[in-house]
Amino acid sequence: MTQAPLSLSQRLGWGLLGVTLLLGLWTLLTATGFVPRQFLPSPLEVATRFTTLLTSPFAGATLPVHLASSFQRYAYGVILAAAVGIPLGLLMGWFRLLDDIVTPIFDALRFIAPIAWVPFAALWFGTGMGGPVMIIFAGAFPPCLINAYRGARFVEPRLIEAARMLGTGHIRMILEILLPAAVPSIIAGLRVSAGLGWQSLVGAELIVAAAGVGFMMVQAQGSVQTATVMSGMIAIGVVGMAIDVALRQGESWLRRRRGLES
Amino acid sequence: MVGRRAGIGLTTVASVGVTWWLLTSVTGIVGSARFPSPAEFGVSLNQILTRGYAGAGLAQHAVHSLKLVVMGFAVAVVTGIPLGLWMGWDRRVEACVNPIFLVIRPIPPLAWIPLAILWLGLGDAAKIMVIWFAAFVPSVINAFAGVRNIDRPVIEAARMLGTPRWRMVREIIAPAAAPMIFTGLRLSLQASWTTLVAAELVGALVGLGFILNMAQQDIYPGMILVGMVAVGILGWATTWLLGQAERRALAWNVAARD
Repeated sequence: MTQAPLSLSQRLGWGLLGVTLLLGLWTLLTATGFVPRQFLPSPLEVATRFTTLLTSPFAGATLPVHLASSFQRYAYGVILAAAVGIPLGLLMGWFRLLDDIVTPIFDALRFIAPIAWVPFAALWFGTGMGGPVMIIFAGAFPPCLINAYRGARFVEPRLIEAARMLGTGHIRMILEILLPAAVPSIIAGLRVSAGLGWQSLVGAELIVAAAGVGFMMVQAQGSVQTATVMSGMIAIGVVGMAIDVALRQGESWLRRRRGLES
Repeated sequence: MVGRRAGIGLTTVASVGVTWWLLTSVTGIVGSARFPSPAEFGVSLNQILTRGYAGAGLAQHAVHSLKLVVMGFAVAVVTGIPLGLWMGWDRRVEACVNPIFLVIRPIPPLAWIPLAILWLGLGDAAKIMVIWFAAFVPSVINAFAGVRNIDRPVIEAARMLGTPRWRMVREIIAPAAAPMIFTGLRLSLQASWTTLVAAELVGALVGLGFILNMAQQDIYPGMILVGMVAVGILGWATTWLLGQAERRALAWNVAARD
């Protein structure tokens, strides 16, 4: 604000400075022995450990296998949340009565952190697949519902009036008027859901699971293998970022397609 | 219209209550090993209020959790908002900090829990660290966005009048960014509660998450529900308080500008 926008080279320079400072401080702390290696391994050690984990198993599986089982749970949870949340949100946007019935229940449940469902999830669905899936569902469900609902509620009234005048039935109204109009809002909700779901997955696996990246990290923590814990964090970060990038791509693809069609 | 909504809302809540009672107490379709009946919930609540559970009474657990959330949240706010304002003010700071954010942000705050336990143990410090981490990012981003969205002419006018730097921050930047900052604070608070519950479930000796953890191990559904209700009520209460603070702060702003 004080200055004009920085040029690309200036941006790169300052950015490089930031990252260098961070990595430099990290290396310095470990190299001087100021922080015991046990607590903070050097960047190089973490990188080595990460590559080792790609092929040699820890806590029962290699890192890719852990990631695969995490991702499977995650996909089930998010798909379930979308499959329930989006239709329910659209229906609530169309039928006033349903809105009035569901909203108070939803508002009451909203303040309970998704992670607080862990004990019931474990009790009802076990700790293998069902329990974690339910927690991911609890995290990913609200944005799906809210955004589908808002999208459906803020459809231009003239569209609805026109459709109604032409005698459109409830089902066609929802599928052909509300749904297309709500798509941008729904996609935005899905991205939030995907992020929250990934976060819930990590929480669920830290507490109740017998496989997955979170489980691997807890095991590593138990045996004070800090490099392994940090490798798990990196893996979680990379996959989380990949999911977000993929959804963003999907969003812009959809936008382009709609732009071309209309 | 409001009457209709409230009426339907009350009816809904009442019928959820009746359904709960019918399913658990009357017909026993949902066994007490899966979900507690209203009576069992009452017994558990009474137990924790009078005799305590998991080493302490409900008030003690709740106060401990509340304390951790408030501390982690406060540290995040005190560090996050100034950094966000600074990043908004000085593009060099933004260019310097952004790449670090880019690397760290994709890692969910909950993934820091094992590392925090390794570094700081199972005590309060580890939890405050993780809560700080979770609440920090929304505070920074919204304070930053708040500054960036200020109309340039406002700042240029103030600068032309020779406003000193400190007055500029206090009287122009902070008030103009306040609405965005409060949006960030609400997100931060929510993140703080989620993180606290997770951290206490992973390892703690007292707190609401610890109640949940013990109740899960004891397969004690009544107490699980007590813990969840307590988490919900505290989350709601702190959000309400923040809303009140926001109304006051922003009302003051409008008055000051007039």
